[in-house]
Amino acid sequence: MDVMIDARHLHRRFGPILAVDDVTFTVAQGEVLGFLGPNGAGKSTTMKMITGFLAPTSGTAVICGADIVLDPIAAKRRIGYLPEGAPCYPDMTPASFLGFIARIRGFGGDEARRRIALAVEHTALQTVLAQPIETLSKGYKRRVGLAQALLHDPEILILDEPTDGLDPNQKHEVRALINALAPQKAIIISTHLLDEVDAVCTRAIIIAEGRILADGTPAELEARSRHHNAVRLSLARDDIDAAGALMRLPGVALVEEVEDGEGRGLMIFPRDGRSIVAEVSDLVGTAQWPVTALRVERGRLEDVFRAITTRAAA
Amino acid sequence: MMHGTWTIFRRELASYFATPLAYVFIVIFLAAAGAFAYFLGNFFDRGQADLQPFFTFHPWLYLVLIPALSMRLWAEERKSGTIELLLTLPIPVGATVLGKFLASWAFAGIALALTFPFWITVRILGSPDNGVILASYIGSFLMAGAFLAIGAALSALTKNQVIAFVLTAALCFIFTVSGSSVVLGFLTGWAPESVLTAVASFSFLAHFSTIVRGVIDLRDAVFFVSVMALFLFANAVIIDLTKAD
Repeated sequence: MDVMIDARHLHRRFGPILAVDDVTFTVAQGEVLGFLGPNGAGKSTTMKMITGFLAPTSGTAVICGADIVLDPIAAKRRIGYLPEGAPCYPDMTPASFLGFIARIRGFGGDEARRRIALAVEHTALQTVLAQPIETLSKGYKRRVGLAQALLHDPEILILDEPTDGLDPNQKHEVRALINALAPQKAIIISTHLLDEVDAVCTRAIIIAEGRILADGTPAELEARSRHHNAVRLSLARDDIDAAGALMRLPGVALVEEVEDGEGRGLMIFPRDGRSIVAEVSDLVGTAQWPVTALRVERGRLEDVFRAITTRAAA
Repeated sequence: MMHGTWTIFRRELASYFATPLAYVFIVIFLAAAGAFAYFLGNFFDRGQADLQPFFTFHPWLYLVLIPALSMRLWAEERKSGTIELLLTLPIPVGATVLGKFLASWAFAGIALALTFPFWITVRILGSPDNGVILASYIGSFLMAGAFLAIGAALSALTKNQVIAFVLTAALCFIFTVSGSSVVLGFLTGWAPESVLTAVASFSFLAHFSTIVRGVIDLRDAVFFVSVMALFLFANAVIIDLTKAD
C-alpha cells in the first residue's frame, strides 16, 4: 500500500502549552483513519498542521511526496479539507462559492462545471444552489463544506467532524459517501462519535493531551475493552440463581447484573478476554433456563476510550 | 500567483455588492463629498471652474469612510473561520493579501469615479484645467490605496471589525496630520531635527496637497505606493504569524 500521508514527529506549542506532542503516523491509500479524543486533545491542531494552515513548531507532514512545510502549494493541491465547523462565506450561494473554489483550484469552463456538478451530486445540494449560504440549515452548510473539499477529487481528504450537526439520515449519507470514496483515497476524519469509527474507519488513533495513546483497527481497540467477548444473557424469570452457576464455569471471571435499554440481564465477563459463549450456552441448555436473549459483546470503544483518555488525564 | 490574486479579487469585489455595504458606502461618499465641497469649500461661490474645494476634503472623508471599507477584509474571515479555508487553498498568502487589497481599492476607485458629475458641472460652468483634475483624481486614488493598505493590515490583527475600524481611523489620522503644527509642535524642542523632518514627510496631507495643485511629483506618487507596499507586506507577515489565534 502506498503511504499518502506521512506525519513525522509533529509538535505544536501555543505559549506554554504543548498542544501536539510528537505525533507520528502514516495513512495509506484505501485507509480511513479516525482521530478520536476528548475536546482539546489536539485533533484539530494536528489536522491544521497537516493541511498547512498552522506551521508545526517542529516536525512535518509529507503529503503524496510533497512536504507541507517546504512545498506547501504542491501539498495543498492534493488535499481536500473540511475545517472544523465547515466555515463558508455566508453571503455567497453554494453555486457561486463552489465556482470560486473551482477557479482558485485552476479549473475553468466545462471542466469547472463538470466538477461542480459532480460535487453537488455527491452532497445532494441541487435544491439549494441559489440560496445564500447564511439561510441554509446546519446540515446543508456542512454539505457545502464537503462539496468544496471534494471538488478537485483530491487524493487526500481531511475532514474535521464531518457529521457534526447532521441528522441521522444525513449522517448515514455522509458515511456512505466516505465509504464509497475510501478505496481511491487516504482519508482522515476526526470525531468524538464512537459509532462513527465503527461505521467508516479502517483504523483509529486515540489522542489525548496531544499524544497518541492508541493506534489500531477498531476491532483491535475493541479487543482491549473489558466487554470484549463478554456475554449478555437475559432470562424470562428472575428467581433463578444464574449468576452463581455461571461463576462456577472455568472461563468466567465475573458476572454482573445489568439494567440497560434492553431491560434487566446478566453481563458475564470472561477470563483473559477468551471466548466463553460455548460454555455459557451449554450451561443454559443443560439447566434449561428460559432465555430471552443471549449475545456476545464485541467490546466497547467507549470503554477503551474512557480508560485510555482518563488514565492520561490522571 | 496572478491567477490566485485575480480569483480572490473577483470574489472580494463581488462580496462588497452582495450586501448593502457597497450602496450605503457609495451614497454616503457622494453625498458627503458634495456637501463638503458645497458648504465648506464654497464650490459655487468661489466663482472658479476647478475642483479644488472638492478634493481638499478627501483626506477627511477617507479618514471616516475608508476604515469602514477595510475593517472587514480580514476580521470577518477570522470571525467566521473562513480564514482557515482560504489559507489552505493552494495559493500563496501574498496572492490572497494582494487580491483582497486590490478588490477594496477597486471598489474605492468605483466610488471615486462616480463623482464625475462634479467634473461635468465645472465643465458646464467654465473651462477647468483637465490636467489638474486628472492629477487630483490620481492623487486621491493613490491616497485611498494607502489608507486601505493600512486598514487591511490592521484588520488582520483582530477578529473584531469595530476594533479594526477604530485602529485604522486612529493610525490614518496620525498619518494624515503628521505634518501639522500640532504634531510637529509636540516634537519640537526635544526630538532631533531629522526626526521632525521624517515625521513631517509622512504627512498624507502634504503629499496630497501638492498633487491637488496639479503637480504630480513622482516623489508623492512613490510615497503613497511605498506606504501601500509596506503595509501589504506587514499584512502578509501578520497573517502568517497570527492566523490561528
